[in-house]
Amino acid sequence: MPLGAHKVALFGVAGVSTGDVVLLSSQTASSSASIDFTSGIDSTYGEYIFRFYNIHSGTDSTGLTFQVNASGESGYNETITSTMFRAYYAEGGDASGVLQYAPDDQAQGTAFQFLCNAQPDDNDAGMCGELHLFNPSSTTYVKHFYAKTITFDTGPTCIHLFPAGYINTTAAIDDIQFKMQSGNIDAGTIKMWGVKN
Amino acid sequence: MAMTLITTNTSSDAATSDFTTGIDNTYKLYIFKFYDVNPATDEADFTFQCNATDSTSYDETMTTTFFRAYHNEADDSAALNYDTSPDQAQGTAFQALAVSVGNGADESCAGELYLFNPSNTTYVKHFYSTFNVLSGNDYTKETFVAGYINTTTAIDDIQFKMSSGNFDGIISMYGVG
Repeated sequence: MPLGAHKVALFGVAGVSTGDVVLLSSQTASSSASIDFTSGIDSTYGEYIFRFYNIHSGTDSTGLTFQVNASGESGYNETITSTMFRAYYAEGGDASGVLQYAPDDQAQGTAFQFLCNAQPDDNDAGMCGELHLFNPSSTTYVKHFYAKTITFDTGPTCIHLFPAGYINTTAAIDDIQFKMQSGNIDAGTIKMWGVKN
Repeated sequence: MAMTLITTNTSSDAATSDFTTGIDNTYKLYIFKFYDVNPATDEADFTFQCNATDSTSYDETMTTTFFRAYHNEADDSAALNYDTSPDQAQGTAFQALAVSVGNGADESCAGELYLFNPSNTTYVKHFYSTFNVLSGNDYTKETFVAGYINTTTAIDDIQFKMSSGNFDGIISMYGVG
């Protein structure tokens, strides 16, 4: 079916608004070590939404992660306390459940936060989802985030993941970086949207 | 999905944040987004109720679910579980969206609430929400609330408040066609 007039609403075009949600930037990976958004995160919007379209890993059994950099600082190493849980069901129909997943959460850690895990590098494998980051330019409060992602692991098993938490700083956040836990982002697109408030 | 900003309420030491205009049949979906809601009372819950067009108070009947994931900064407590305390079975209380919100200078909660087709006069009114909370005892808590307002009367007012005390914060209401 031709996308026609629905194309902007579905995928967005940089600088084009769909109501009060504005596509700010779109980046496509090509064997990239990371995808960085280093402009456009400021007090213009109350919420930033990052959407992930078919993130394909260059390395087997790894996952997409993110970290942020506060204004006036260097390095993606802010302190994060987070939760992670996931629902899963194996293609073989022999394993399913919902559980909290401690290996991918953090307690005042400065590591890159997992958005998904155990992602294979199969040609048809990819990860999709979205990350919500609230009020990153605040200089009063910590910065809340939550995400929903979908992938399949090397099982193969369908995995629906729910990372969430806060970046424990009152400094404004103006940079965000996405990268695989190991290896490159072979392919895929990440779009950043701003929500007016 | 075009989303239109209808109203933004900025609260400063306010008892409630009310949206009493703009909820009608213009949109099939209303999304409320919450930016750094900070209570005056430590560990208070952030709640909401609705008012139907045939009544004058915020006391509609709800049946709801509530589950959460949590993890503390000390790294000695983490879980995913259903919490029976904030849910309701045909209750008329204010429904908690975020629980135990910290009142520290940098503590708050943030999230969103989806309310479907509130002006409908045939069906009950479905809603769901997601929040993240920094609690008063230094936990991160992701909370998931869902349910329905068990009335076929149109809903045209919604009120947000803490379970105790006042609050600061920004709440924006969006309409989706």
